[in-house]
Amino acid sequence: MEQKGVSDRIWSFFSSVKLAIVVFSLIALTSIIGTIIEQQAPPERNITIIAKFVGQGLAPGAYTVLEKLGFMDMYRSSWFLALLMFFALNILVCSIDRFPAIWRQVTTPLKPLPKDTFNSFGITSEAVIKGGQEGAKERARKALKSIGFNAKEGADESGGYQFFAQKTPWSRFGIYISHFSILIILIGAVIGIFFGFKAFVKIPEGSAYSVVFQNRPLKSEADFAERGRLLDMLETARGDLDYLARSLGISTAELKSRLKRYGIIPLDFTLKCDDFDMEFYGRSDMPKAYKSLLTVFEGEKPVKSKWIEVNSPLKYKGVTFYQSSFGLLDDVSSGEAIFNIKTPSGASETKRARLGESFTIPGSNATATLVDFSPALRADEMGRPVTYADVMNNPAVGLQIKSTGGEVSGRWILKREPESGFLQDGTLIQLVDFWGVQYTGLQARKDPGVWVVYLGCLTLAIGLFVAFFMSHKKLWVRLQPEKGGNIKVQVAGSASKNKLSFERQIEKLTALLKEEKK
Amino acid sequence: MQSSVFFGLSTVAYILAMIAYITYIAFKNRGIGVAATGITIAGFASQTTAILLRWSEFYRFSGMGLIRSIPLTNLYESLVFFVWCLILGYLIIEFKYKNRSFGAFVTPVAGLALAFIDLSGMSKDIQPLVPALQSNWLLVHVMMSFIAYAAFALSFSTGLMYLIATTEKRKEASYFFWSITFGIFAVVLVSMGIDWFIYKGAGMKPEAFIRSYLFKSTFMSGSGAVQAVSYILGALLIFVIWRYGYVLKRVIEGFKLSPEMLEEITYKSIAIGFPIFTLGGLIFGAIWADQAWGVYWSWDPKETWSLITWFVYAFYLHARLLRGWRGHKISVVAVMGFVAVIFTYLGVNLLLSGLHAYGSME
Repeated sequence: MEQKGVSDRIWSFFSSVKLAIVVFSLIALTSIIGTIIEQQAPPERNITIIAKFVGQGLAPGAYTVLEKLGFMDMYRSSWFLALLMFFALNILVCSIDRFPAIWRQVTTPLKPLPKDTFNSFGITSEAVIKGGQEGAKERARKALKSIGFNAKEGADESGGYQFFAQKTPWSRFGIYISHFSILIILIGAVIGIFFGFKAFVKIPEGSAYSVVFQNRPLKSEADFAERGRLLDMLETARGDLDYLARSLGISTAELKSRLKRYGIIPLDFTLKCDDFDMEFYGRSDMPKAYKSLLTVFEGEKPVKSKWIEVNSPLKYKGVTFYQSSFGLLDDVSSGEAIFNIKTPSGASETKRARLGESFTIPGSNATATLVDFSPALRADEMGRPVTYADVMNNPAVGLQIKSTGGEVSGRWILKREPESGFLQDGTLIQLVDFWGVQYTGLQARKDPGVWVVYLGCLTLAIGLFVAFFMSHKKLWVRLQPEKGGNIKVQVAGSASKNKLSFERQIEKLTALLKEEKK
Repeated sequence: MQSSVFFGLSTVAYILAMIAYITYIAFKNRGIGVAATGITIAGFASQTTAILLRWSEFYRFSGMGLIRSIPLTNLYESLVFFVWCLILGYLIIEFKYKNRSFGAFVTPVAGLALAFIDLSGMSKDIQPLVPALQSNWLLVHVMMSFIAYAAFALSFSTGLMYLIATTEKRKEASYFFWSITFGIFAVVLVSMGIDWFIYKGAGMKPEAFIRSYLFKSTFMSGSGAVQAVSYILGALLIFVIWRYGYVLKRVIEGFKLSPEMLEEITYKSIAIGFPIFTLGGLIFGAIWADQAWGVYWSWDPKETWSLITWFVYAFYLHARLLRGWRGHKISVVAVMGFVAVIFTYLGVNLLLSGLHAYGSME
């Protein structure tokens, strides 16, 4: 007896609406704190934020308390995950608990109603119509059909004749579909956490990587050294994990988990960044697109190539690469300027040069030497050229041109302002790109659970639609002959939602029944 | 160019409609009531035209395809669309419930919002889209979110009116709730107005204004005395609203809206807003985030606040449908739900990121 009491109590605890309401409130309230405190941020930032609420003096103490409670990374903290689990359990138990009753409501066939219960319904109406029983039946059939009900009919126990019908009884499942969808979404999220990864990689133009990285708090110098050693070994082994594992005398799985400890996730292919490019609106610094040309290699063989953009990632072997950041390399000396040179005669030719290198300008004996590079050049108030940003918003190269006659002159050629490349003789030197000095920052993700999440989202949408916009309607019409040849009509109906519109339908039905035959 | 003419016309129409609705309530003249509805519909038509014109202007300007050119990409455009949804929702209610009184409450909100946008000098320029916004999800995600916000705004106003109309005594908890909520709204608006006046906010970008100047002339002033006075005056204003709340109660009683009807409109607006918000706001938002950044959920403040809003309305629905909450209790939840909406829509963008921005400046 005692034991049953306990399990019963646990069951009713998890199936109570009260728990749902408490869990809703707790998740909402703690989440508010999580949006005020910056998650996974350096301590100083959050101390400044906390100081706004409790003052400078108390802030460090408050920080320590909140940190101990896990608020600095709260969406991953055990108590928050426990709350989410309570939420899931609550939904599950509630649904199981209420399911049998709803199942009965949906599946029990409709029967004629006892005579005296007609008045106890939410929606009722009465009428007296003339004419015989058969005519009334025929009229009732027609009227029901015209408001869209397919009714069953038969004599009832108290000498009357009833029509009864229901519509969309299954709409009562809408709420269950919605609730189960939330569970499906949570399951999908868990699959993602256990079988997927989120990582990043920065690839300079022209380079290739067969690993991606995760943030791992490496504590000691030794950790950093070990990480570097593992990366070196991977490079020597050309990414061949089986080979490397054999040479280390461990299994491939062991090697993988060791790499993962140091935040290294090996891919079984190689990803190369051929080019990174930014587009701007007109000549402004307002970005229009960030693009990377990526090529996937299996061994030495290129198998897939795509320009990715912010809303258009590259997918390969279950891993998706998203354009997430970009930047200029610290060392720009290896960059190569690419020019498109149009001579006055209309011919055009491509020339390439690194810093310090020279090339002859087509159609003449003049030579140009590449002497300078700026990622973003503009003129200051005095008209002097200055670099105003450390990303390639407005790339420019400085050229020293030695004319046929031996005169030396310098000039800046800007990619965004082609007119800067006109020489005196009408030759146009266009800067196409300064290649090899930018990196593209990619977010790499593998998430086998995402389709489960999407499935949950789809069923959630369907479930909510059914739950909120569809209604289980029941309807009875009873005909009883009265003295004097008239027929008494009683109508009763119920709707699980939007009673008002059903009431109107029943009004219309009654009006149709009363209508005089012409 | 032309779109702004139609925007101006709709602003004028909504303000005229407000006058007509109030006159209608005062004199109960059917003709004036019909005129009020007519003016509102004209304003709505003009606003619709303006939005469509702006859409086509942006389409021609950006060269990005029709769907991606929907004018919903900044604070100005989103506020305009919000007002549009609000008026649409109101017109539906007017025709369904055959009651015009509510218009006296909605048209001033619409007219004043549009006038505020105009006066504030909020940037109305058509701005090119940053890469992250260049997606077809923009249309469905933002549009559905705002339809839901408008539905929630309606539920908020009817919920608040319900509370005002049905509380009798000043000592009641729900009287405290509505008078203090209302009072805080008033205090925030007044102090924002003072900031605006002192720092000549006109012409500034609203984001920049709020980040650098909000409450700086009152509650967050450098001088302790000014701060103290601000708090005292703020408390005083709330007290006055609490003390003389019956005036507001009488006005709302004058609308001749039955409390049952107010409660039903509150529920229906939430029942419509909630599924739309779930699908358009949360689900489509998650799918878009997944497409653009590779994470469908990352607990960033905007996402988290959407979830908080969702939980508050889920709470409302469960409390009402399963626990049978009615009356004051449930109306308080509806009002709080919209406070969460405001925070999701404006607070996160303006205050929360602002808070972090202050942090990095120091």
